[in-house]
Amino acid sequence: MRKLALPDEILLSIDKPERYIGNEVNMVRKNPEDVDIRFAMCFPDVYEIGMSHLGIQILYDMFNRRDDVYCERVYSPWMDLDKVMREKNIPLFSIESQEPIKNFDFLGITLQYEMCYANVLQILDLSGIPLLASERTQEDPIVIGGGPCAYNPEPLADFFDMFYMGEGEKQYYTLLDLYKENKASGGTRLDYLKKAASVPGVYIPAFYDVTYKEDGTIESFKSNTKDAPDKVVKQLITDMSSTDPEAEYNYYPRKPLVPFIKATQDRVVLEIQRGCIRGCRFCQAGMVYRPVRERNVEYLKKLAYDMLKNTGHEEISLSSLSSSDYSQLEELVNYLIDEFHGKGVNISLPSLRIDSFSLDVMSKVQDIKKSSLTFAPEAGSQRLRNVINKGLTEEVILKGASLAFKGGWNRVKLYFMLGIPTENEEDMKGIAELCEKVAEVYYEIPKQERNGKVQITASSSFFIPKPFTPFQWASMCTKEQFLDRAKIVNTRMKEMLNKKSIKYNWHEADVSLIEGLLARGDRKVAKTVLRAYELGCLYDAWSDSFDFSKWQQAIEDTDIDMDFYITRERDIDEILPWDFIDVGVSREFLKREWENAKNELVTPNCRMKCSGCGAARFGGGVCFENKN
Amino acid sequence: MKIRIKFAKLGYMKFIGHLDTMRYFQKAIRRAGIDIMYSEGFNPHQKMSFAAPLGVGLTSTGEYMDIEVNTTKSSKEMVDRLNEQMVEGMKVISYRKIPDDGKKAMSIVAAADYMISFREGKEPGGINIAAKFEEYLSSDSIIVTKKTKKSEKEVDIKAGIFEGSVIDDKIFLKLASSSADYLKPELVISGFYNFIGGKMPEFALEIERTEVYAEQGEKEFISLEDLGDEIP
Repeated sequence: MRKLALPDEILLSIDKPERYIGNEVNMVRKNPEDVDIRFAMCFPDVYEIGMSHLGIQILYDMFNRRDDVYCERVYSPWMDLDKVMREKNIPLFSIESQEPIKNFDFLGITLQYEMCYANVLQILDLSGIPLLASERTQEDPIVIGGGPCAYNPEPLADFFDMFYMGEGEKQYYTLLDLYKENKASGGTRLDYLKKAASVPGVYIPAFYDVTYKEDGTIESFKSNTKDAPDKVVKQLITDMSSTDPEAEYNYYPRKPLVPFIKATQDRVVLEIQRGCIRGCRFCQAGMVYRPVRERNVEYLKKLAYDMLKNTGHEEISLSSLSSSDYSQLEELVNYLIDEFHGKGVNISLPSLRIDSFSLDVMSKVQDIKKSSLTFAPEAGSQRLRNVINKGLTEEVILKGASLAFKGGWNRVKLYFMLGIPTENEEDMKGIAELCEKVAEVYYEIPKQERNGKVQITASSSFFIPKPFTPFQWASMCTKEQFLDRAKIVNTRMKEMLNKKSIKYNWHEADVSLIEGLLARGDRKVAKTVLRAYELGCLYDAWSDSFDFSKWQQAIEDTDIDMDFYITRERDIDEILPWDFIDVGVSREFLKREWENAKNELVTPNCRMKCSGCGAARFGGGVCFENKN
Repeated sequence: MKIRIKFAKLGYMKFIGHLDTMRYFQKAIRRAGIDIMYSEGFNPHQKMSFAAPLGVGLTSTGEYMDIEVNTTKSSKEMVDRLNEQMVEGMKVISYRKIPDDGKKAMSIVAAADYMISFREGKEPGGINIAAKFEEYLSSDSIIVTKKTKKSEKEVDIKAGIFEGSVIDDKIFLKLASSSADYLKPELVISGFYNFIGGKMPEFALEIERTEVYAEQGEKEFISLEDLGDEIP
């Protein structure tokens, strides 16, 4: 039996010891002495969140297919254990072998949201790895970052030895092979980084120098060694349509891990496609994961069957940015219902457009009385929806709602954003007015056909401009502006006829500001992240532990001008901190889209008409559909 | 058809809480392809109930759950199929048919056996444990302080201790374990520390539940397993 890193006395005095003991169904067991490379894969948040992440499950499976690699997992210790580990000087350990992270060759950290940055430093700190990459030695693991936030890695540049841009399936084997070679030939850490620098998709911050103009904007951003290219190109798998599980890059775990403790995703997750054809202008995922690539429906059926069998999960969920755009959706969903529904398997279908097909499917697999419908108009007026290129029209929403109400639903959730560029008071009031119209659609149904009262919940989040979107140059609101806008919506809500059927809530503005700073920050922001961690920031993605005053202190201590990063509209020719990355979507396209946004012009989706975004050069996906 | 499954929960599986143990078995039963019955409705759940929750930190070689199945193979095959799905520390011991009118395990639990050992350095020192423990159990009454969330009260637990002895430095206890009359083994041992003039240190004990019984007649106990029959 493995020996646990923590003694009973600790495990029995902290919350949910199951987070730290491993031994889950489908955990990979290897003898660490039998492998050449030990890779610690980290999600810098609590176990239940990290275990729900599909990307790690894919890479865990892919890495462990190799006999020479043992990939293990590590998550952020919850605050209770964090305290004990610091008091007793217990080093952070992996779930599988329970051995210190410091002994590993690699520590890979996925960066899924900005508010996990303090936890990244917690992971390094508890592992006993120097926080600054420049202070690490031969004894320390290579710390590598990936995930969506790696598309602007600069606020974390000081803490990582390298970043990998893109889908891990593509280059990780190469990176592992290089590491093994380098180790065998007695190469140093620096030797390895130099070799890795020329692998496509790899960014090694130490190999790039940044200079700034007097106004704080970037003057130049250049590689300082011949080993590192000036442009880092995002990596992705071009062909996901194979039915052959052994086909190159067609990795998918047939035996995903099954935690004891209830994870956020306590179900089989079936990724049906990557990317999105829609081109919403606020959505980073919709830009950086281009082009859309669908998985083969026969392959998905087989995967669904295998994964349900190997996990025993009672639920399967489809995963993608916009499931309704998957061309074989009907066939897949009907197969899942026929094959598994009625055998105690629930089928959940997030991100579906509300239409007669989806309502029909939902009525088969859900209890209408208990479920609610979700619409994401994002903006309150058609004008502003054109600005963000959200194709959803009021007519479509009201028609969908009407269909759903006639089908027995009476609960609706509506998601909006406040603070979108060009937003005016009419747009804000439009949020309340759209909710009212949805309520009115309900009360148009004859009373005897209604299912009680209608319940409408509208939520606003605050718009944060993200890198590699057409809004990357845009000004972001201040806290006061955000809250004033929420107030305008709320006041208008109170004037609505059906106000009693509508509940309105909005996000915290404080956390949006910090997210805004980190999302578009440059290297200078790294010292703010470090200072915030030193001041005790941790689990900032959790509203209970987010402490705005500490971040404010850190911003002050490190002389960061929030206006420079938040409210300032960037000049169209300014060198942005992430400009050295090539995600496929070109700067020219983003500029065009920024202009189109200002002119309230809609850009058709990828299947209607190619808009020449630049992603076609990857040579696959929707860009080449019907072109054989 | 009603089935009673006996299983062991050992090693680090002692950290898995009761609800998570149930979830673990729900998934294991699906993986093993057991033809379990489901309730009706949009969120069907398996017909499954556990005999007696086991506290976090305790191991066991005598845990029980009852399930209802549509069809089944032999006991041996089903035990094998389930064990193929177990993680380290979990082991299915038996799979038996109980009568259709048999009562649910949770409603008939009356007593449980425990083996208790002291963690290193935490054993009561300087005494003959076996002799003292016998003396402790033969007292006319055994008064201990029972703490609840709201209050502390003195109770006599003697009637709930059906048997007790020391075997190879380990303490064996058979204790009342029904929902109306449930005695925690820690309480008996902390009373013993008090009896010898000490105080039980924190994390002093390693406790293993070894069997769970129903009552047949006055103080006659039969293990839950023995109420079922092997399926040939």
